[in-house]
Amino acid sequence: MRYLPHTDVEVQQMLARIGVSSIDELFSGIPDDCRLQRLLALPEAKSESETLSLLKSMADRNSKLSEWDSFLGGGAYNHFIPSVVDHLVSRSEFYTAYTPYQPEISQGTLQAIFEFQTLICQLTGMDVANASMYDGASACAEAVLLAIRAGKKRRRVLLSGGLNPQYRETVRTYCQFLDIELVDVPVVDGVTDQQAASSLLDDQTAAVVIGYPNYLGQIEDIAASADKAHAAGAKLIVAVAEPLALALYKSPGELGADVVVGEGQSFGIPLSYGGPGIGFFAVKKKDMRGLPGRLVGETVDQDGKRGFVLTLATREQHIRREKATSNICSNQGMCTLMVGIYLALHGKQGLRQLAQINYAKASYARQQIAALDGYDVAFSGESFNEFVVLCPGSVAQLKKSLEAQGILAGIALGRDYQDLEHGLLVCVTEQNSREQIDRLVSALAGGGA
Amino acid sequence: MINPEGRGLVLDEKLLFEQSCAGRIGYSLAQLDVPDAQPDGALCRDEINGFPELSEVDVIRHYTRLSTWNYGVDSGFYPLGSCTMKYNPKVNEAAARLPGFSDIHPQTPEALNQGALELMYNLQRDLAEVSGFEAVTLQPAAGAQGEFVGMLMIRAWHEARGQKRTKVIIPDTAHGTNPASAALCGYEVITVESDGVIGKDAIAAVMDDDVAALMVTNPNTLGLFESDIREICHLIHERGGLVYSDGANFNALMGVSRPGDLGIDVMHFNLHKTFSTPHGGGGPGAGPVGVVKELLPYLPRPVVVKDADGYKLDYNRPDSIGRVQSFYGHFAVLVRAYCYILSLGGEGLKRATELAVLNANYVRARLEDEYTLPYKQRSLHEVVFSESGLANDCHTLDVAKRLIDYGFHPPTIYFPLVVYGALMIEPTETESKQMIDAFCDAMLAIAEEAKTSPEKLKMAPVRAKVKRLDEATAARKPKLRWEE
Repeated sequence: MRYLPHTDVEVQQMLARIGVSSIDELFSGIPDDCRLQRLLALPEAKSESETLSLLKSMADRNSKLSEWDSFLGGGAYNHFIPSVVDHLVSRSEFYTAYTPYQPEISQGTLQAIFEFQTLICQLTGMDVANASMYDGASACAEAVLLAIRAGKKRRRVLLSGGLNPQYRETVRTYCQFLDIELVDVPVVDGVTDQQAASSLLDDQTAAVVIGYPNYLGQIEDIAASADKAHAAGAKLIVAVAEPLALALYKSPGELGADVVVGEGQSFGIPLSYGGPGIGFFAVKKKDMRGLPGRLVGETVDQDGKRGFVLTLATREQHIRREKATSNICSNQGMCTLMVGIYLALHGKQGLRQLAQINYAKASYARQQIAALDGYDVAFSGESFNEFVVLCPGSVAQLKKSLEAQGILAGIALGRDYQDLEHGLLVCVTEQNSREQIDRLVSALAGGGA
Repeated sequence: MINPEGRGLVLDEKLLFEQSCAGRIGYSLAQLDVPDAQPDGALCRDEINGFPELSEVDVIRHYTRLSTWNYGVDSGFYPLGSCTMKYNPKVNEAAARLPGFSDIHPQTPEALNQGALELMYNLQRDLAEVSGFEAVTLQPAAGAQGEFVGMLMIRAWHEARGQKRTKVIIPDTAHGTNPASAALCGYEVITVESDGVIGKDAIAAVMDDDVAALMVTNPNTLGLFESDIREICHLIHERGGLVYSDGANFNALMGVSRPGDLGIDVMHFNLHKTFSTPHGGGGPGAGPVGVVKELLPYLPRPVVVKDADGYKLDYNRPDSIGRVQSFYGHFAVLVRAYCYILSLGGEGLKRATELAVLNANYVRARLEDEYTLPYKQRSLHEVVFSESGLANDCHTLDVAKRLIDYGFHPPTIYFPLVVYGALMIEPTETESKQMIDAFCDAMLAIAEEAKTSPEKLKMAPVRAKVKRLDEATAARKPKLRWEE
């Protein structure tokens, strides 16, 4: 097997040097009653070409977005990935390297992470960002835990109903056996019900969590939410599932957020059926030492040359064990690199232009659909590249008939939002041409017939 | 075979922000084909302060240069204990990049992504077969998250039986993620001392009706098989507890022993260790979890199932612990692991384990006369030495840094904590005898240098991009971002 370099001669030489007569003897530390007495029931090894052939046939039974008109969003976004990204992340010095615990031979990884941390701070308007979490949902859960740790005896956290349902569920999973009370705040006209939030906020509340944009595509009033939360002594956590919006709209940091988390998949990471993505996590200086995850810091070497190292490790599990700020060990490594490269390519001007294009295309789609008989745009407020359409009749049937026309129309909201039984979440990005949008509108007009 | 005089072109490279030039562009955006529209100006931000402006060439050169300061498995030997830095096959990379795997959206109806679901279903099945468990969830993003999922399921199991147990037993050799994960589930950690391996008497002494579980690593972080494991599992079960196994060292067991057969109730895999998916400079990995039948109801949702109509995502799991991240898991990583299993087959996986163990024992044989071996039991896939006996007050750190000058990535250092100045070496099966001999030659040369010219160790590394870095100041005065 091409990954196993040992020849029979070498195996014998090595066994001799060790002082045993067979490989089996090397396993003498395993009691007989712990040994597997049969062969593993797995298919026989395949050659490289057979392996690829089999996998290609599996891949062919999936629906590539390049062959569909896709208007799917809901926490995973279809954006164009420049060729440069994959080209650079295919360099094996990056992807076959380990965590940069030996900084002298990991300056590539470390500098790239330091740049990533900086870019996230600039985008979110915050002071410090970590080297990443697994994804937006788990980052959101960890933000709640940070707020609880910082909140002295406060055990209550308010979750906006507009927060991505998968993020909400993840927070619930993380908190289920800890003494934390999670309270849902209702949504009104597609955004957090500020009055309800006010009445739910009390001196036991450690944090309020809001999406920006939220799951329904709406731009929430972060400043108002921040003021309310702070007045009650609570932190405001803002979760950004589509961070391209931050190239256009005011940063959560400048609006008063205490913690900003989100999903970086939009920035150069292939959809890959939902994973891996990357969670970003940023705070103000005051919460720096409570941060979970890895942190890269700048320093100098013995000759005074600038270099980068993992730092503030006393927060982490390998030092503090059960008293760590989190159990997290890995960050998302290669994904931080993809994001850094993508943002470096687009830069200050490009990212804004791209956001502008998304906004314009979504606006166009929204206007055209609003003009259709029987259809309404659900909410009056500002939205970015996603919006909710209220459809006549069954959303499930509508989707099915549009599928037959090669269109993935959007996400049915009825399962997660009871009063949006007729709601369809539609996402439009720069990947949707005018023709595609016109086809969608036309198909909807036909009632999906 | 390694040229200690070689240095290459060690080019310098500033930060992205330091090279920014207003007006440079590195992107290509299509013309707007719909009418332009303006968002509500009151909601909009100013330009992103400090964001760089670079050409495509700038970006390519920047990251290309950065990559040359790194060292990967493709560069050379990477003997990090408990990390299993085996070769990352390139066919795996090709597979993950097939558009039918990379360009598919998780919100697409299941009927339209049957290939992806079949891959996941098969991987679940294959991992279950290799480990002896009933079912496997592919959702956890990494080993630590797998541990968390395992402990959540254990607690859910107890709660479902009206049991309010508060403690978890963890050996002193455990990886730090173990107690951290237990704490996330609200458990108190009881540390038990091992003597190389954990003894059943030591466990019996702390096991009571308030203990929810034991977390073990097998083989443990000393590279030793926990020989009392069957009795220990039995002991824990008798008093109503469950056993969690950290599968980080599973590379020592494939085809040889199955944790599910030994009484383990739940175990996580590290696909980025045992199953060859790349470490990526710190991720992304994947931490699937295998469970016995008793724990099936608590698996994270959704679960990939198969019925007469094909493959589906089953959300109808009322006793599920919930989800720990969006969607279904690190699919692109799962593709790579599945590709690896297809490429090796059952026999190949067993052969990989055998050669991993052979390589580690060969390292041990070549070094044990010179380096102190604290535990004399049979090593499996990794061997741990101690710094005691190093001449002239040289420490493990010095040996590690000097290895860099010899052209090798250092082994894991200072872990596990039970060994004084631990040096944990795991060669993995993808290293040749020549490479291992070169590494051992270097280790022996360094031990000699410690005796005759210790300053060479203490000043090391001198042949890397930078010399030793001031980590103390980095922690005392943290500078975690670039600022204008």
